Amino acid sequence: MAAVEILGLQKTYQVGFWRKKSKCALKPLHLQVEEGEIFGFLGPNGAGKTTTLKLLMGLAFPSAGSARILGMDFHDPRVKAQIGFLPEQPYFYDYLTARELLEYYARLSGVESKGLSGKISQMLDRVGLRDAAGTQLRKFSKGMLQRVGIAQAVLHGPKVIFLDEPMSGLDPMGRREVRDLMQELQREGKTVFFSTHILSDAEALCDRVAIIHLGQLRGVGAVANLTANVEGKIELVWSGAVVPASLKAMGADCHVTGETVRAVLPERSQDAALEALRREHLRLISLTPVRASLEDYFVAQLQPAEASAGVTA
Amino acid sequence: MSASQRVAAVAGSTLIACLLASIILLRQIDGMRSAATIQEVLYISSPKLLKRLSLGYNGLLADIYWTRAVQYFGGKHHEGARHYELLAPLLDITTQLDPHLSVAYEFGSNFLAPPPPNGAGQPERAIQLVEFGIRNNPNDWRLYYDLGFIYYMNLQEYSKAAAAFLQGSRVPNAHPFLKVLAAQMAEHAGEIQTARLMWLTTYQTARDPSIRANAVAHLRALQVDQDVTALEALVNLYREKSGRLPASFQAMEQAGFLRSLPVDPLGQTYALEANGQVVVRDPDDLPFIRKGVPQGYVPPARPKFLPND
Amino acid sequence: MNTRIGLIAANTFREAVRDRVLYNLIAFALLMSGAAVLVGQISIDIERLVVVNLGLTAVSLFGTVIAIFIGIGLVSKEIDKRTLYTVLSRPVRRWEFIVGKFFGLAGTLAVNTFFMAVGVFAALLYVAHHFQASDGWVLVALYFIVLEFLIITAIALLFSSFSSPLMAAVFAFSLFVIGSFSEDLRGFAAMAHGPGRWLALAAAYLVPNLSALNVISSVAHQQAVSGRLILYNTAYALTYSALALCGAVLIFERRNLK
Repeated sequence: MAAVEILGLQKTYQVGFWRKKSKCALKPLHLQVEEGEIFGFLGPNGAGKTTTLKLLMGLAFPSAGSARILGMDFHDPRVKAQIGFLPEQPYFYDYLTARELLEYYARLSGVESKGLSGKISQMLDRVGLRDAAGTQLRKFSKGMLQRVGIAQAVLHGPKVIFLDEPMSGLDPMGRREVRDLMQELQREGKTVFFSTHILSDAEALCDRVAIIHLGQLRGVGAVANLTANVEGKIELVWSGAVVPASLKAMGADCHVTGETVRAVLPERSQDAALEALRREHLRLISLTPVRASLEDYFVAQLQPAEASAGVTA
Repeated sequence: MSASQRVAAVAGSTLIACLLASIILLRQIDGMRSAATIQEVLYISSPKLLKRLSLGYNGLLADIYWTRAVQYFGGKHHEGARHYELLAPLLDITTQLDPHLSVAYEFGSNFLAPPPPNGAGQPERAIQLVEFGIRNNPNDWRLYYDLGFIYYMNLQEYSKAAAAFLQGSRVPNAHPFLKVLAAQMAEHAGEIQTARLMWLTTYQTARDPSIRANAVAHLRALQVDQDVTALEALVNLYREKSGRLPASFQAMEQAGFLRSLPVDPLGQTYALEANGQVVVRDPDDLPFIRKGVPQGYVPPARPKFLPND
Repeated sequence: MNTRIGLIAANTFREAVRDRVLYNLIAFALLMSGAAVLVGQISIDIERLVVVNLGLTAVSLFGTVIAIFIGIGLVSKEIDKRTLYTVLSRPVRRWEFIVGKFFGLAGTLAVNTFFMAVGVFAALLYVAHHFQASDGWVLVALYFIVLEFLIITAIALLFSSFSSPLMAAVFAFSLFVIGSFSEDLRGFAAMAHGPGRWLALAAAYLVPNLSALNVISSVAHQQAVSGRLILYNTAYALTYSALALCGAVLIFERRNLK
């Protein structure tokens, strides 16, 4: 069974004082997330990622389309007990302590009060907030709020967890911890759906990704499959601080460091580049294929879209 | 139906049910409270304090109390009451809050002074009220008229009435009748013509519909009094001429004493009693008449002199 | 269902308390003490009158201000700060949220009024040195004030569900003032003519009947309050509050959150 099935969800806003102009935030979206996956939902800011999540959570209502989560209609209240949600830049009741917040949210999700206290302590440990359990949230730093946010999304044992920009505002250590946590959740058999605009995180974590831009889906699939079709690059390293003119003409990206030069160029120019080096009598140190990154795929996808749209939204 | 639609349906129907229920309950509560709100007037021992407490919104508050005064009087009258003890305090508070609300003084002179059931029967308080008005509005000729009116109609103090009318006539833009009335007071005070002139002036210058209706009723009564006096004189003349009382007005008409059958101000024909007295057919519709009242007539608890009667 | 409503209500109460709302009781206590001492010195046989009038008026005004100021933010604050996101992603129905908020604020006001009532009676005891039977009616006046709070809270919540805090405050305050003169409004409407009459009548019946819930001056003069009025006022307050809450639920049910 698919954990999440998005069936043509669409959202158009009426803007302007007389509500005459329409602004399309999300074009009809069709997407499926399998159980046990870590699924990345990528796109630049304003692409429609948060809109999609709001529609799924029932915070906003779609202009058309529907969705199913764990086989049930997405508006069914029974679904809500089995999902967890971390919104972007979360803000919680700042007069509550971390422990009180988690208790409140867990009880609202239907967790029994018996044994809850222990579960909360465990969760606070897990997200590294044990010492701050009794501190009011108004005193929390951004990173601490993010951790509490993850805790409240996970505490009631949901099967599917939705995270909107979970790494935003975290320092490298924090991001590492969140990544580890997400992988732990996967090992526990949960499905994780998260949106981000940081591609390296998606590359490291996701089984599959979807790319969305200007409200429209631009590609779905495993990272490897997506990048397979993007033209590869090679990296040449040679000694001798000379860059042959012909290499530059091929569009090589060169860096000179002391006596060594490192250049990255498209794979198709490989033979021509080697020939150029041989003519100049430059000693080759290494030739390494560079795997196309998700960023390359991303840029390749987005550029034609922006060109056809005329201007970014 | 989705859960959301079910909630909307329940909420919508509950809303309508509650709306209807609240209106029904409201009417019930109003019935219970009508006496209570007005009673609270008695608890305002110091209108000046009230004025201060109103934080400068005394004009609005005066309007509210004025409305209460009019409704109080109309309501009590409708019940056939004979005491209007709260009218004076209500008018006092109204005028303290807004001393320039001249219609309140007019109302007081027309309905505070006359004896019940036509008024509160408190001419002294009415005089105090109007004198307060004159102190605060020395250039309002209407107030001098109101003062003279009270002295004339309810206290029969003709010289004081004359003085008030005279003073009023000196105010710029005063109604021309004031001078005339001042002069009349001297010689013709008790005459029917003077009273008629007074009520006519009130009818023409009053702004409140209750006051105007009251004036009309009085004018009609004066007409009746005049008609009956004239008709009874004619009946006597007939008896002198023919040695017996006329059988009916038709007989008098045939004998040339009348040009047509006489009608009262409401269009009803007068009736000729066997003993030669002339009476009106519907005395209920003509309050205030002194002549032409049928034998054994008992006036109703609620005389008809207000617009809604 | 009821657990969730109870949880939301309890959390709303907790928020109000930690927001130091109950500190208003200190201001109230100072006011009552000052008045009691002052009146005790004058002692011209109207001490009871002044204390009851002042005390009950203060209870009503303080409570109304709190009801409006907290009420207008009950929904809009949660939308602005997006604390609502994590609540509604749980099995909480939107209408449960509204009802829970209502009970939370109503409960806060009831507790607040309780402490103020203690203050009023303490001041009364101080100036009059003993209680008398007619003081029992002061409790009825206080009960009516609580009913008034229910209505005002529901109205503030209704406006909070669709407009900004500032506009909600303006609307709620206007309805409070007009409602306090609702009996006079019906009087005006009855005397009006023409098309304006129907408009005025409609307004006069839709506006909350707060004037009937104000028995402060009659209770201050030791007048009794009829049992029938107590019954009808209770029914009216509950009905009107339910009316406003249904409106809030309807509006909130399909609202897109920003």
